[in-house]
Amino acid sequence: MRFIEPHAHMVSRTTDDYADMATAGCVALCEPAFWAGFDRGSADGFRDYFRQLTEVEPRRAANYGIKHFTWLCINPKESEDMALAADVLSVIPEFMECPNVLGIGEIGLNKNSRNEIKVLQQHVDLAAAHDQLILVHTPHLEDKHKGTRLILDVLKYDSRINPERVMIDHVEEHTIGMVLDAGHWGGMTLYPESKCSPARAIDMVERFGSERLWWDAACDWGPSVPLAVPRTACEMRRRGHDESLIEKIIFENPKSFLSQTDRFQL
Amino acid sequence: MAMTRQKVLDQYFMDARHKLIDIAAFLDRVDRAEGDADFRLKAFRDAMKRLDDNGKDRAHDVLMAFSDPTGEPIAVAHGKGACGAWPGQGE
Repeated sequence: MRFIEPHAHMVSRTTDDYADMATAGCVALCEPAFWAGFDRGSADGFRDYFRQLTEVEPRRAANYGIKHFTWLCINPKESEDMALAADVLSVIPEFMECPNVLGIGEIGLNKNSRNEIKVLQQHVDLAAAHDQLILVHTPHLEDKHKGTRLILDVLKYDSRINPERVMIDHVEEHTIGMVLDAGHWGGMTLYPESKCSPARAIDMVERFGSERLWWDAACDWGPSVPLAVPRTACEMRRRGHDESLIEKIIFENPKSFLSQTDRFQL
Repeated sequence: MAMTRQKVLDQYFMDARHKLIDIAAFLDRVDRAEGDADFRLKAFRDAMKRLDDNGKDRAHDVLMAFSDPTGEPIAVAHGKGACGAWPGQGE
């Protein structure tokens, strides 16, 4: 089995996790910029983080034969501070030409506030101006449905955005339909306590089809499982699905979406 | 759907049974405890009613029962976390 892990926060994970993922068949992983668990104090903190994403993690991954790619942004959890967001947005172009940068992400909303929406619009503008792919984080729990609707409105409003170049991550049963109907790609995040279980993720493939969908572990410093994608593939096999369909979800689909930028080379 | 109804039961019944008993025990635990409950308990009980729905969208319906139904952005985000249920307007 070979798979692409399209969403993993490896700065939070151990080297053993890289080894386990490689052993399970991971050939490439993508690391979006995210919240560190505390608010960074300045844009310089983000500059250091972006160096970690573009210089350090690719080397750690390469030690295990895994290609490492990344996305850049200020996470919506830190978007309430408009001044910090403006500073970070001005830093991002310094790193856009790094060879493992796929685009802008994971942007989106957290609590669905007005400032979060303004910062989301600024990120979308940055992506459009530099012809970048976009990876979107949708809010958690009770905020997800409303936040997804607001995000889709922002994307629809910007006529420069091609929906097929936008991945909307963390979809669940109440948001997957609207994401696919809008022409975007949808990501299902496999978490032990929130978001999707393996069984529900497979249910959604059975109900909504396999087009424009991927699974990801989004493993970070919280409860999460770096091997969630291959474990879900095993669950899908237990249900009797064809190997070709499993490979489509865990390898071909992420490859198709990510290959819309020349930077993604396996 | 790759599985027959019988195979679904064979593969998932024990897991679902386990989770259902955990929910029952959780509600017993809440009832045994003292003090008032916040909005989450009512949201949980409302969401459970969606399990009786005839149809194939129970997961969707339960998720919607916990969701913020409003359309306007909030003025300011005062925190970062989500608690799993919408507290209602003005909370």
